[in-house]
Amino acid sequence: MSAPNSDYDPVQVTPLDADQVAAMVSDALAAFAAARDLDALKEARLAHTGDRSPLALANREIGALPPQARKEAGQRVGTARRDVATALAERQAVLEAERDERVLVEEAVDVTLPWDRAPRGARHPLTTIQERVADVFVAMGWEVAEGPEVEAEWLNFDALNIGPDHPARTMQDTFFVESEDSGLVLRTHTSPVQARSMLSRTPPIYVICPGRTFRTDELDATHTPVFSQVEGLAIDEGLTMAHLKGTLDHFASSMFGDGITTRLRPSYFPFTEPSAEMDLQCFVCRGASVGDPDHPCRTCGSEGWIEWGGCGMVNPRVLVACGIDPERYTGFAFGMGLERTLMFRHGVEDMHDMVEGDVRFAAAFGMEI
Amino acid sequence: MRVPLSWLRDYAALPDGVSARDVAARLIRAGLEVETVHEAGADVSGPLVVGRVLEFADEPQKNGKTIRWCSVDVGEAEPRGIVCGAHNFAAGDLVVVSLPGAVLPGGFAISARKTYGNVSDGMICSARELGLGDDHDGIIVLQPDEAAPGADAVELLHLRDDVLDIAVTPDRGYCLSVRGVAREAATAYGVPFTDPGVRDDVDTTGADGYPVRVEDAARCPVFAARTVTGFDPAAPSPRWLQRRVQLAGMRPISLAVDITNVVMLELGQPIHGYDRDALRGPIVVRRAVAGEKLTTLDGAVRALDPDDLLITDDSGPIGLAGVMGGGSTELSDATTTIVVEAAHFEATGIARTARRHKLPSEASKRFERGVDPALPAVAAQRVVDLLVALGGATQEPGLTVAGAVPAPAPIEIPAGLPARVVGIDYPADEVTSLLTAVGAAVAPAGDERIAVTPPTWRPDLTDPYDLVEEVARLHGYDAVPSVLPVAPAGRGITPSQRLRRRVERAVAAAGYVEAPSYPFVGAADFDALGFPADDARRVALRLANPLSEEQPLLRTTLLPGLLTTLRRNVGRGATDVAVFEAGLVFRPEPGALPVPPRLPVDRRPTDAELADLLAAVPSQPRRIAVALAGEREPAGWWGAGRPAVWADAVEAARVVARSAGVTLRVEKDEHAPWHPGRCAALYVGDTLVGHAGELHPRVVAALGLPARTSAMELELDRFFPDGVGDEPVRAPSVPTFPVATQDVALVVDLAVPAADVEDALRSGAGELLESVRLFDVFTGAQLGDGKKSLAYALRFRAPDRTLTVDETTAARDAAVAAAAERTGAVLRGA
Repeated sequence: MSAPNSDYDPVQVTPLDADQVAAMVSDALAAFAAARDLDALKEARLAHTGDRSPLALANREIGALPPQARKEAGQRVGTARRDVATALAERQAVLEAERDERVLVEEAVDVTLPWDRAPRGARHPLTTIQERVADVFVAMGWEVAEGPEVEAEWLNFDALNIGPDHPARTMQDTFFVESEDSGLVLRTHTSPVQARSMLSRTPPIYVICPGRTFRTDELDATHTPVFSQVEGLAIDEGLTMAHLKGTLDHFASSMFGDGITTRLRPSYFPFTEPSAEMDLQCFVCRGASVGDPDHPCRTCGSEGWIEWGGCGMVNPRVLVACGIDPERYTGFAFGMGLERTLMFRHGVEDMHDMVEGDVRFAAAFGMEI
Repeated sequence: MRVPLSWLRDYAALPDGVSARDVAARLIRAGLEVETVHEAGADVSGPLVVGRVLEFADEPQKNGKTIRWCSVDVGEAEPRGIVCGAHNFAAGDLVVVSLPGAVLPGGFAISARKTYGNVSDGMICSARELGLGDDHDGIIVLQPDEAAPGADAVELLHLRDDVLDIAVTPDRGYCLSVRGVAREAATAYGVPFTDPGVRDDVDTTGADGYPVRVEDAARCPVFAARTVTGFDPAAPSPRWLQRRVQLAGMRPISLAVDITNVVMLELGQPIHGYDRDALRGPIVVRRAVAGEKLTTLDGAVRALDPDDLLITDDSGPIGLAGVMGGGSTELSDATTTIVVEAAHFEATGIARTARRHKLPSEASKRFERGVDPALPAVAAQRVVDLLVALGGATQEPGLTVAGAVPAPAPIEIPAGLPARVVGIDYPADEVTSLLTAVGAAVAPAGDERIAVTPPTWRPDLTDPYDLVEEVARLHGYDAVPSVLPVAPAGRGITPSQRLRRRVERAVAAAGYVEAPSYPFVGAADFDALGFPADDARRVALRLANPLSEEQPLLRTTLLPGLLTTLRRNVGRGATDVAVFEAGLVFRPEPGALPVPPRLPVDRRPTDAELADLLAAVPSQPRRIAVALAGEREPAGWWGAGRPAVWADAVEAARVVARSAGVTLRVEKDEHAPWHPGRCAALYVGDTLVGHAGELHPRVVAALGLPARTSAMELELDRFFPDGVGDEPVRAPSVPTFPVATQDVALVVDLAVPAADVEDALRSGAGELLESVRLFDVFTGAQLGDGKKSLAYALRFRAPDRTLTVDETTAARDAAVAAAAERTGAVLRGA
């Protein structure tokens, strides 16, 4: 018999026979299984695997055994402790999973609560439609040209074959910068940008000119003294009205849907010859409402076509004034009002909505159009 | 121009049964803007007959009126009893009766009904009740023996007609006549046209009529005068004549006036009639002299301009040539001798006079757009013929035609020009036939060219392309094919255009709603914004003809419009508003504006001329501005909201700067309209680009804005004085060694700007500094009066190693030392 282990009270040393150890294990397993939550499991763990647990004491007792008994007892206790540890880990995993499950349930929120803390901005449809139009043409290789809003009268009128006595040059139509012979006006159309383009570039020229324009109309449901236009100009060798028509058709289908076309009607503008009014095929009824009183179309008034703008072949007088040789080059130009375009494309009913800056109006259009 | 279809048919042999809508469609296709087709008289139906009032009894009523209880023969076995409120007829008169079953304009159904104690078995009609004009003075009384009782009155009164309402474009003056429209209609249908303006039985020269002297032949190339005597001023204007005048949109006046109007409508040649007994000496056509006055037919006394062309006699001015006649020689109800004037006046002179005197008359409207100069003698004869036929007048033998019709010059074009411009291969003979249909004479000019002499009624045809348009429109625009041209490869939108899109998107994404406003402002707006008297923003362009006298100036800042928009939104119930506008402002140089040169149009201006022109256009830089009020973040279930403050406005500027890729420097400033203690000046480099902050309380009060309204305005163009570059961004290195952080709290004087402290920290910390972030600002008694504590988180990182504590601490100490040196900062707790 070896010297007694002075660390423990030999009185307490219990025999390490198989039954005793098996009982310890089954007690532990039963306690773990009985633990309903992690706290109970912690208690059971301390009781059955802690320093003063029967198995821990049994383990220490091994040293007190005679050497020939130690190996067997050691194996027995070791196996028992592993079994207990495994059972503990399993139970721990089960209870942790249960706890996690419960916490996730407890943490549930009402995901329908609003979180509208960030202010919402928007861009004005008159701006975004200019960009959209520009993008259609840029995709074809055109460039976007711009010019000032207070413009030299010569560029707004004279260079465009609108002579000094032309009726458009009256105070009834045009805002003149004081004094009346200042030679400056608020541009009445974006056409001076075309003149600037021709004066500053050499053909071929393909430009689209969006911008703000001004005429002395009082604001009402369909008029505004400050409005927006987009005009296009192409100068190249061999351009014909057929190219004008092709461009307009492409523009129409890009803005209003595949297959939408345009129609030209003879008209008069000083800066184009031949000149035409341009109608857009109704993109809502596509003409189906014509002659069908049972299915009227509000967008086109059951006409099948919507007046959209003016166009024509650039008058050679304009080419000459802008330094382009009309014997070599031809060109076409077109223009349309963007307020009007918004009105029928988006069902805007009153011009006031477009000019008054009510945030509810622009907010509906968001960031692109 | 309103053209009754029946009148059109007088000259264009339109197929029977062709509808007005069809005619309208064909005319539209040919380039006439037919706006509506008015179906005159179509709203009258049912029995409308001639009746003879056999007898009547006046029956006073309780309401004070006296009605007539009439017995009317309407061609039936027995007369009918009809109540009539009018008194302008006598027993035996012929009247127009709508019988029960008839429907009058406005859906007014006639039935036998009891009224004023009698059963009225129909209604005796006035002109207005039949849609025949405004005359409601009494019922229509027909001429004796004009028709028999029972006859259909619809036909008798020429009630039913279709009227084409055409908006005539400025180049198509000839369509301000039935003659011109009929020509287009005949061409459109390919049917014969009878030209009422061409007669071979009329002399076009003569000098033995009323004496006429034209002193300004350039402004009045032709003046024809004819005289009739013995005209019966009481002769009635026949119904067809009145109806035509009326359907064409004018008022029937008297036989003589109606005849001059109907000839003007028919031929497009304005006519003026003078009472010869009121004329004093020869008619002289001359310019006005300064100080002269004329009382025109409308009763207005007009001070004349030396540019005005006048018709005068020995008494002085008797008419504004081609615009309006004078009162002194007006045709009256006693006129028996009439001098008929049919003259040609130059277009632009008439336009100037009409504009000057604000007198857009039927005559001036036509002369402005160009009248056929070959018409005067024919038109005068046509008037005389009608005065003779309808008014019992006698034509005096003499005729005066002063001046001569200028012959149109031929235009030579390559025969293939229409094909080259339009893109359709028109056969040569079609080009000739279409131009001939217009009225032009076409002759070969060799070398595959043709010489086209336009007709006298088409003064608009002056250039080769004008002829191209005639060919194109008559062949039909609908034949133009659709061919997409291939532009040279483009470069997309410019860097500056991209910048604008990016900036505006960023500002919108930051919660601002775009709201473009009108650029019109007034001095009161500048006053409300508190601009000092010498503020550069008061130097504004002024409009000669503003819509409102309160806002005659063009904006020099976006704020007036934007703040008005903000206030409008608040007025409509919005509590939290954040708006922005991007647009041009107008910044003329102080002093007199340079006047752009008047450049020619028959050649390109020289580069020097062009430079002068462009230099005279005032500077119009692009700005962007925001304004906001209310809560920037609303209160909610998460807790309290956050009011919009000065800092939001400054941050909006930073949003702009970030999206533009520039660094914004902020300095304290005092600048209207901002609060002097809450105003930031915004710099890019050393360039002042704008201001931001809270508005001055006085401005807020003056404009009726919500308290603490804040705003920012900056000039995008100033970011890049040399133009927006397209330099690619240099990629940063992204070191992966650990970061070391150090927090410092620095105590400085209250007046020291945080930006200065941060700058000092940055410069002192050296290259190891990765970022500086101010995370707290604190004031309190323990710091002492006039002090504040600024707490910064400094992050350090080296690109090539893990920093040691010593290195980090040394960098922090260097940063603090720099702050101490530059701003007097003291490390708190040190």
